[in-house]
Amino acid sequence: MNRFEPYVFLRGLASRWDVLAFIVVIGLIVFLGETSRGLFAPLAQLQQTPLSLDPARLPEYAARTTFRMLAALFLSLVFTLTYATWAAKSERAGKLLVPILDILQSVPILGFISITVVFFMSLAPGRVLGAEFAAIFAIFTSQAWNMAFSFYQSLRTIPVELTEAAASFRLSPWMTFWQLEVPFGMPALIWNMMMSMSGGWFFVVASEAISVGHTTVALPGVGSYIALAIANKDLGAIGWAIATMLIVILLYDQLLFRPLVAWVDRFRVEQEPGVRVPQSWALTMMRRSRLVQAATVAFHAAVLWTSRAVKRTDAPLAEEAPAKRRSLDLLWVSLIVAALVLGLWHIVVVLIRQTPLHEAAQVCGLAFLTMLRVFILIALASVIWVPIGVWVGMRPRAAQFVQPVAQFMAAFPANLLFPIAVSGIVAWKLNPDIFLSPLMILGTQWYILFNVIAGASMIPAEMRYAAANFRVTGWLWWRKVALPAVLPFYVTGAITASGGSWNAAIVAEIATWGDTQVEAKGLGAYIAEATTAGDFHRIVLGIGTMSLFVVIINRVFWRPLYYYAERKFRMT
Amino acid sequence: MEQTPLLQCSEVRKAFPKPDGAELLVLEGMNLELREGQIVGLLGRSGSGKSTLLRLIAGLSEPSAGSVNYLGKPIVGPAPGIAMVFQSFALFPWLTVFENVALGLEAQRMSRPEIRTRSLAAIDLIGLDGFESAYPRELSGGMRQRVGFARALVVHPNILLMDEPFSALDVLTAETLRTDFLDLWSEGRMPIKGVILVTHNIEEAVLMCDRILVFGSNPGRILSELKVTLPQPRNRLDPSFRELVERIYVEMTARPKGAAPGRHERFPGLGIGTVLPQVSTNLLAGLMEAVAAAPFNGTADLPKIASDLQMEIDDLFPVAETLQMLRFAELEGGDIKLMEDGLAFAHSALDERKRIFMRHLLTYVPLAAHIRRVLDERASHSARKSRFIDELEDFMSEEEAERTLRAAVRWGRYAEAFAYDDENAMFSLENPT
Repeated sequence: MNRFEPYVFLRGLASRWDVLAFIVVIGLIVFLGETSRGLFAPLAQLQQTPLSLDPARLPEYAARTTFRMLAALFLSLVFTLTYATWAAKSERAGKLLVPILDILQSVPILGFISITVVFFMSLAPGRVLGAEFAAIFAIFTSQAWNMAFSFYQSLRTIPVELTEAAASFRLSPWMTFWQLEVPFGMPALIWNMMMSMSGGWFFVVASEAISVGHTTVALPGVGSYIALAIANKDLGAIGWAIATMLIVILLYDQLLFRPLVAWVDRFRVEQEPGVRVPQSWALTMMRRSRLVQAATVAFHAAVLWTSRAVKRTDAPLAEEAPAKRRSLDLLWVSLIVAALVLGLWHIVVVLIRQTPLHEAAQVCGLAFLTMLRVFILIALASVIWVPIGVWVGMRPRAAQFVQPVAQFMAAFPANLLFPIAVSGIVAWKLNPDIFLSPLMILGTQWYILFNVIAGASMIPAEMRYAAANFRVTGWLWWRKVALPAVLPFYVTGAITASGGSWNAAIVAEIATWGDTQVEAKGLGAYIAEATTAGDFHRIVLGIGTMSLFVVIINRVFWRPLYYYAERKFRMT
Repeated sequence: MEQTPLLQCSEVRKAFPKPDGAELLVLEGMNLELREGQIVGLLGRSGSGKSTLLRLIAGLSEPSAGSVNYLGKPIVGPAPGIAMVFQSFALFPWLTVFENVALGLEAQRMSRPEIRTRSLAAIDLIGLDGFESAYPRELSGGMRQRVGFARALVVHPNILLMDEPFSALDVLTAETLRTDFLDLWSEGRMPIKGVILVTHNIEEAVLMCDRILVFGSNPGRILSELKVTLPQPRNRLDPSFRELVERIYVEMTARPKGAAPGRHERFPGLGIGTVLPQVSTNLLAGLMEAVAAAPFNGTADLPKIASDLQMEIDDLFPVAETLQMLRFAELEGGDIKLMEDGLAFAHSALDERKRIFMRHLLTYVPLAAHIRRVLDERASHSARKSRFIDELEDFMSEEEAERTLRAAVRWGRYAEAFAYDDENAMFSLENPT
């Protein structure tokens, strides 16, 4: 009798997929153990065993860097599941938590590290752990906000009937969270994770070799390797570093994100017809392997078991009594006001009172320069990538090839191009104010390309046939068909690119190669210099100004443009 | 001996607070009783509050006043003995058929073997054998709704709530599922004692229910209650079946008693504050043409024309009622009868149609007349949209104001009574250049 067996994995012994999976899993465990061993070593040891440019050390460095990325990813996930859930569930908290997230998003990522490194070092004085924390925190900041936003959005858009079904079958809140809310938010979350990972690579390189005033730490990793290679003017080592980055990013893509994206496909509530189902050999391996199956079933069982263990109240959620509700509201408001006053006081006393007027004017001037640069670069990148993106997007086979390349390019750290930029500028006596700028958009321009490709590939075939049928060609075709169709996607890409470019300014406006340094005038260079000098007051001032500019530009320029494009040009 | 009813609602009232502090009344004076062995149908148009009532019974929301009692005890929160089947199935796409069905039992912390036995039994009963490990997206709509039924039945509820369970399915699939359900029900093979079915399909209600409560709108209330004593299985062509359908049509098209003067019988609100329905001029013209043509020649039986045009009451009634509001037609006794101008419209060419439509629009839709008057009076012959939205919001919610104005724009454009530029959100008398 061939009955249905929900626990199939218990039968039979092992398949060849198990062997593969076993190797991968044990390898992973060994790798984690190996890389985390150095964490509790005293800082002095770092100085005793200086980094080496020997390429043979690169695998180890790469492993350590990867470990940092993983740790940051995990922390981001924990943050997302708690912070976003809190913001979505509590109306009161949401009113504050969501804007905070919005502001955090516009604080330059390298700014976090300049400010927090001393704090983290003091947490574990004299140990490597503190510096590790600081580096991991920097990577965390490049992912967590995005991910939290995406999950928050998902929680707010769960179809009512699904929520009602969960309620009417009397799922406990804990069970609802794991069985409904997390799975529902998963596709968007994974996608965001993958996107912000590219940014993460960019910043891991900057965050490993930290130098704030007298505190200089070079954590063993690819980033420090690159920094050392730059300091020693070792072109060969730069080449090795590029190769290593390529391999690591490729492995991450194949072993982590591709399986995740393919796996998460089943969580989609809406199935758009004709969308290609993502494929991944690694996922196939995991699915076919009974060991991994057993692990997932175990996880599922754990969720169910905890659901049983967590005490559940059969009484309905009592509506808060109006009086109690009002006093809670009052408490909440007074808390916010207190925080506001405290924050204002700090800003006024610490920042503004100690800032001479000419300094403030100077910082604002520098911010304008950087802003000008960002806008010009975005415009240039758009002129180049929009037509190419449209061309590629209309050809699915080309898109399949271009997408992964662009994804790799987005993760490519700007400092790897320092040798070219610096030598070029010095050799031809070029103006660094102009010729350092391209570094800012090096990694971020690809977001424009990604999004335009996605937009162009979604132009309905019938619309293209109609255009061909009425012989709409040439400039008219671009003006009336292609550009309007991709506009909403383009704007999304441009917003990401703009934000990323502001972030990159801190790395890109000062470039060094050995003892040669070229510098462009701008807020990024100002912050970078202040960080090297360990001048906290100027760091905070620079970062505050940058955040302010980013927030204002987003509010008065990008957001209205986004809504306009969505309303007018989005095809539904 | 009088048993306690499975379910008893008395004088239930439900209102939602509006942003301006006033309240939106959706249900009033609702009395309902469900006894063992009965299928009770809640029949009404969308917006008549029948789904709201179902959610009160499911314990998903609480009544503002009145009581909902299950087995003599008031319902607070989802009750263990009440399960629900949803219109859009509401399956969890990341769980297999088996896991979806088992979920309700997991929530009750039943032992693993028992969950398995009961889930498989429910899957068997509902005809899903062989689909246990499939994901919802691999299934057709009909199969998905079967999972919805299995998921509800597996918890062995006393009462099964069904929220338009067949309305997202095609005609043929819906009929199969209804028949299968009725077979299981009459053979007593389902572990349920009573059913409440929400529907807007009159024939479905007559086909399935022992009692039908006909709902009216604004606010939602029970217009009448009918007993259906026809033996199962029922035949749609049976004259007494047709007679019942006809009777319900008559009930649903009857003029509400004691409507306030100046108030449109069918639409909430007064004067320019009337909430206008979203009905396109194509539908209005189409229905007038259909009624004017043979075999109806100006007067059509609503059930007849509904089945001829393959429209459900939720599609047909708003169109018919809009025609009534515009004084192109009259609804009475389950019939629609074109008035003089309605007939003239149906028999005219486009330009004449527009003239007739403009005359009726500006006479019988106060909002359209108001917009036109404002535009005429101003030297610039133009006005902002926000001006009218603000006025409308004195009478209705923001969303309703938006929709009402959109309807006015739609009809005004067709009649060429005024123009509207969405880009600048401006009304004007000019034709586009």
